[in-house]
Amino acid sequence: MSAVIRRVIGYAGAIALLLIGWQAASWLIASPALPGPFVALSDLWRLRSELLSETGVSAWRVTASVLLGIAIGAPLGLALGRAPRADAVFAPIVFLSYPVPKVVFLPVLLVLLGIGDASKIALISLIVFFQVLVTARDAARAIPVASVLSVRSLGADRWQVFRHVVVPAALPEIFTALRISTGTAIAVLFFSESVAGSSGLGYYIIDAWGRVAYGEMFAGIIAMALLGVVLYEFIEALELRLCRWTRAGRT
Amino acid sequence: MTDVLIDSASVTYTGVERDVRALDSLDLALGAGEAVAIIGPSGCGKSTLLLAMAGLVGLSGGSIVIDGHGVTAARLRTALILQDFGLLPWKDALHNAALGLEIRHQPLVDRTRRATEALERVGLGEFLDSYPAELSGGMRQRLGLARALALDADLLLMDEPLSALDALTREDLQDLLLELWRQRGHTSVLVTHSIEEAVFLGRRIVVMTPRPGRVHAVVENPRMGEHGYRATEEFYARCAELRRFLADEGAVHGARVAAPPAVGAS
Repeated sequence: MSAVIRRVIGYAGAIALLLIGWQAASWLIASPALPGPFVALSDLWRLRSELLSETGVSAWRVTASVLLGIAIGAPLGLALGRAPRADAVFAPIVFLSYPVPKVVFLPVLLVLLGIGDASKIALISLIVFFQVLVTARDAARAIPVASVLSVRSLGADRWQVFRHVVVPAALPEIFTALRISTGTAIAVLFFSESVAGSSGLGYYIIDAWGRVAYGEMFAGIIAMALLGVVLYEFIEALELRLCRWTRAGRT
Repeated sequence: MTDVLIDSASVTYTGVERDVRALDSLDLALGAGEAVAIIGPSGCGKSTLLLAMAGLVGLSGGSIVIDGHGVTAARLRTALILQDFGLLPWKDALHNAALGLEIRHQPLVDRTRRATEALERVGLGEFLDSYPAELSGGMRQRLGLARALALDADLLLMDEPLSALDALTREDLQDLLLELWRQRGHTSVLVTHSIEEAVFLGRRIVVMTPRPGRVHAVVENPRMGEHGYRATEEFYARCAELRRFLADEGAVHGARVAAPPAVGAS
């Protein structure tokens, strides 16, 4: 329980510090493009219902994308990492396509899938997919032979080796990939929502910018930041639950 | 009970440049309930022999027959215990001990009971929910043993199981291994590079030749298992005899070993 309280106190302190810095910057720069936190927060409160529904739209897109990216990327990466023959075929394809910035496909996806949810989810899950795939593959390759041998000596078949060794061994690293790609996912979400469509926080922020409503723009930015923090915290809590053993022996 | 018949077993690993012959038509017969220690220079194929007996490495020639059945895959009541204990860091002691039973689809209640009993037997009854990282080296090896006991294994294959432990813990666990063998009467194969350990835990001691692995000599050790054997004259005599055999192989400070490099000023 005390860990939770410490976390809450940490967050409160960080928020206070950010608000003070923000206010100071706003006074220093003295430009209408950088209103202080009070203006932004009062706009946030005033427009809360509208912002909540836009946040809901964005949250759905990013959550669906992350889940889709993991659901395909993690099993495929683990399988490639454990199957040298399949890996020999697919690894070059992965290495060739991984460094290509996926955002450049947004125009293609917009044409193929329209300006609704589908194109945005496809783009973000593509990015998450590659990050999780590459990490999961490396993690699966790094699994100690002794772990596999000891489980196989107990009579485990391929599937049981996967379940008792490969998945749990790779899970902490998949979570790391997930944390990193969530940040990317939200950035790409903003980009794709601001380029096309008329819903979501990215659209809301760019729309407010166009109307020179800087207070509202910052209200949207705060909502987007909160969305990121909530997702991140959710992943943290899930890892704490699923990878308890990584904290064992560390006091 | 479980006897093991190894008949001109050969194992060849496919290497990058050329194939490596790890075992070369090795013959060995183990009676049911016998305790055998295998010793030899590193790279003599001791571990390969053990893995082949566990059904994890395929033979390129010959056969291994356990309890009347040829070994082709992992056998139900064979337990393999490795140097790093083969524990899974993400499972607590209870789940590690119960893993073999879980893989063999035993019901949850049954496997929890048997794993708990096994853990109590090796002195880990208080540590059911500890992860391996929270246990000391000796306790981890006890946990590895508990897994074998939970399976009710009748053939224990151990690959240098105690070599990572400090001297005192090692003696403690050697006593435990001996005690369990005396109580349960399982067939025991211990691969070790410690001469004392081989004499303490092997009624017969098999000395292997360097690669390709063959049986160089078999030393009878009839008083093994007697109380206080470790302190007797005969124990030391047996160790000396074994040391001579190994020196012939060039495995221990024999004439064929190059002189150590001169120690420089530090």
